[in-house]
Amino acid sequence: MLKKISRCVGIFFLIVLLWGHPALYAAGCPQTPDYGDAIVTASIGDASTLVPILASDSSSQDICGLVFNGLVRYDKNLNLEGELAESWEIGESGLVIIFHLRKNVRWHDGRPFTARDVEFTYRKLIDPNVKTPYSGDFERVKSLEILDDHTVKVTYKEPFSPGFSSWGMWIMPKHILENEDFGNTRFSRNPVGTGPYKFKEWKTGEKIVLVSNRDYYEGRPYINRYIYRIIPDQATTFLELQTQGVDEVGLTPLQYARQTDTPFFKKYYRKYRYPSFGYTYLGFNLKDPKFADKRVRLAIDYAIDKDEIIKGVLLGLGRVSTGPFPPESWAYNKEVKPVSYDPKKARELLKEAGWEDHDRDGWLDKDGKRFKFVLMANQGNDTRKMCAEIIQRRLKEIGIDVEIRIIEWATFLSEFIDKRKFDAVVMGWGLSRDPDCYDIWHSSKQRPGEFNFIGYENREVDSLLDAGRREFDQGKRKEIYNKIHQMIFDDHPCIFLFVPDALPVVHARFKGIEPAPAGIGYNFIKWHVPKEEQRYTRW
Amino acid sequence: MVNYILRRLLGMIPVLFGITVITFFVIHLSPGKPTRLQAEMSPRMTLDAREKIERLLGLDKPVYVQYTDWIKRLAHFNLGRSFTDDRPVWDKIAERLPITISINLLAILVIFLVAVPIGIISAVKENSIFDRISTIFVFTGFATPDFWLALLLMSLFGVYLGWLPISGIKSVDFEEFNFIEKIFDLGRHLMLPIFISAFGGLAGMSRYMRTSMLEVLNKDFIRTARAKGLSEKAVIYKHALRNALLPFITIIGLSIPGLIGGSVIFESIFSIPGVGKLFFEAVMARDYPLIMGELLFVAVLTLLGNLLADVMYAVVDPRIRASGNK
Repeated sequence: MLKKISRCVGIFFLIVLLWGHPALYAAGCPQTPDYGDAIVTASIGDASTLVPILASDSSSQDICGLVFNGLVRYDKNLNLEGELAESWEIGESGLVIIFHLRKNVRWHDGRPFTARDVEFTYRKLIDPNVKTPYSGDFERVKSLEILDDHTVKVTYKEPFSPGFSSWGMWIMPKHILENEDFGNTRFSRNPVGTGPYKFKEWKTGEKIVLVSNRDYYEGRPYINRYIYRIIPDQATTFLELQTQGVDEVGLTPLQYARQTDTPFFKKYYRKYRYPSFGYTYLGFNLKDPKFADKRVRLAIDYAIDKDEIIKGVLLGLGRVSTGPFPPESWAYNKEVKPVSYDPKKARELLKEAGWEDHDRDGWLDKDGKRFKFVLMANQGNDTRKMCAEIIQRRLKEIGIDVEIRIIEWATFLSEFIDKRKFDAVVMGWGLSRDPDCYDIWHSSKQRPGEFNFIGYENREVDSLLDAGRREFDQGKRKEIYNKIHQMIFDDHPCIFLFVPDALPVVHARFKGIEPAPAGIGYNFIKWHVPKEEQRYTRW
Repeated sequence: MVNYILRRLLGMIPVLFGITVITFFVIHLSPGKPTRLQAEMSPRMTLDAREKIERLLGLDKPVYVQYTDWIKRLAHFNLGRSFTDDRPVWDKIAERLPITISINLLAILVIFLVAVPIGIISAVKENSIFDRISTIFVFTGFATPDFWLALLLMSLFGVYLGWLPISGIKSVDFEEFNFIEKIFDLGRHLMLPIFISAFGGLAGMSRYMRTSMLEVLNKDFIRTARAKGLSEKAVIYKHALRNALLPFITIIGLSIPGLIGGSVIFESIFSIPGVGKLFFEAVMARDYPLIMGELLFVAVLTLLGNLLADVMYAVVDPRIRASGNK
């Protein structure tokens, strides 16, 4: 009897002891995320094709990114990691890359993914009859051999380190596309991939629907559906947000700073903010004698208040940039400090270069000619237009006469940029995750239609750009690109204005979002909605 | 009559040919290359790759060769493929026609149902309070930018009152609805777009109706009708209205090409995948085959609409028929 009582007491104490224990709690209340619900994203444009190697617009890429996988990808800290490739070996100082592919990956139709799919994708990328814009990186490959079903050996003609990240290119299924005419395939509107989401339907101009891939090799995504709605008008998108009609969208700085601090937004949405992968700059035509003088370019940099532009144009939602890399990237040289606003210094520099107000009319002149130039930007980008206006006013203060011309995009590119018929431009570059920027800064890239249209030439930078392409070790590449950053900044071929922030807003019911240098989308398959908060439950 | 129609139809061929020649060369004159835009200024897309795409699209050939290629394809009723996504031009236009045509038809129906009575009453009771109020109303409608009104109404009915959806033509989970729910859903989505597209057209139509009604009411035969003791109702609806509607036939004919035309701003605001947006995007992307396809389509419909108006006119108006037979 006593024994029985003592046992009861013992069990009682044991229960009391364990009551507050977190492990027991975790086991008691389910902490695993719930499956279900859908996410509605808004995009201003429709996709054009879902054949991954043809997809060049951002909408097509958004969808392809969820339906397909590459061999490698960038992780949340912008380092390369394996996706379809489990591991790799880089040999012969970068000439050979051997990819070991995952063995448990299946296409959405159930067929296994193998090395033959990789080879097929490569063949199509270099096929002269395929309209892919991505062939450049792959034409440097000398050969691609299949060693076995899950091993691929890529040999380059010469070491080409950006080539490694180019294997993030989405891989296509050979068994479906082998005998298809690439232009005219059903596949472009009905793709089959290996990615976390399967294609469901595409209503042109209306929406694209994806459903979660239950057999995804990294595990089934928690959100059942991904609905990509096409809403071309930003005002409409914002009204949709106010009725919770869309769950995820990028805000404009004005919306972020002024229009979303309402109780409604605080209750139903979460705003995020991180530097985007791109920068806006004031580029000079370096073949123009006025701008060939570095002192003039530097003077203009001193005369422009970058913080003022960020405040005025982006409402403070951006940061000053000093070079051609994303500020979060390892290639970005944090030692380089921006030129501060100093109109006095600007005037001194201009005086040194011979620009003075000799005739006392308020404008600088040299050899009897007034300092006047046309600043161009493309239509449809108000940010750039506003930058131009602020620059115009600041330069007027130091006696430079700036005329602004806004030109329709297609005309702007073909008539002015490609033909180098401009004095100065306000433009932007989107940045890839790999720091290789050979096409923008190398002196050989100045033919009409190429990207060094400002005409930058520095032999030392050229050889560093070459070296950066040959080097595979990230530590050494960091040194090289840090140096390039410093040298380009010292040469002042253009004025780096700012890196705008990406300003996404996501409905508050989505949990598991962890902002990182890569943004928020990198762990999308881990986002989830608790059962009781799910909105779209009919599926 | 059949002879006349055939003659007119044959006469259309050279006109159409002229239209295609002029438009083809004009759109090629406008600066900007399709391939340049496709690549969206990404340094990853090299010049060589773009030149390859240009060659594959046939853009490296002289313009007259490109035109003859286009005409050759057209002879086989083939409008070619869009540069942006390689789909047949006809498919791209055809998939967007139903929604544009239905909205325009419904809007025209609303316009006629509202504008004709307004016009009649304004004419019959000329300078009355109703006439003045309706004049103010329709002119306000005429002067209001439709995108602005659309945004105001979306914000009132969609956000503030929460009665109507903001944009699109269907809810995102439309496929899961039953039949009744689907009808209801479509109706809710289309209400504002149809109202907005009808609202702007109301002013013009009701004015036409008023003027033409006034003109008829001042005619001698109306006096005769009144003099012989007909009721006012019979005078207006039997004698005056029928004659006043004649100019409307022309308007119907002329509105046929308008049926497939859509407005970019309107479609963008309501996120309606219509023809207007397609055409606008084609122009911005320099998607030549698509631009040509659409222009050809509009040209044909305009010519047919004119013909239809002439024929209908002859059918309803004995005077024209008589002069045509001479």
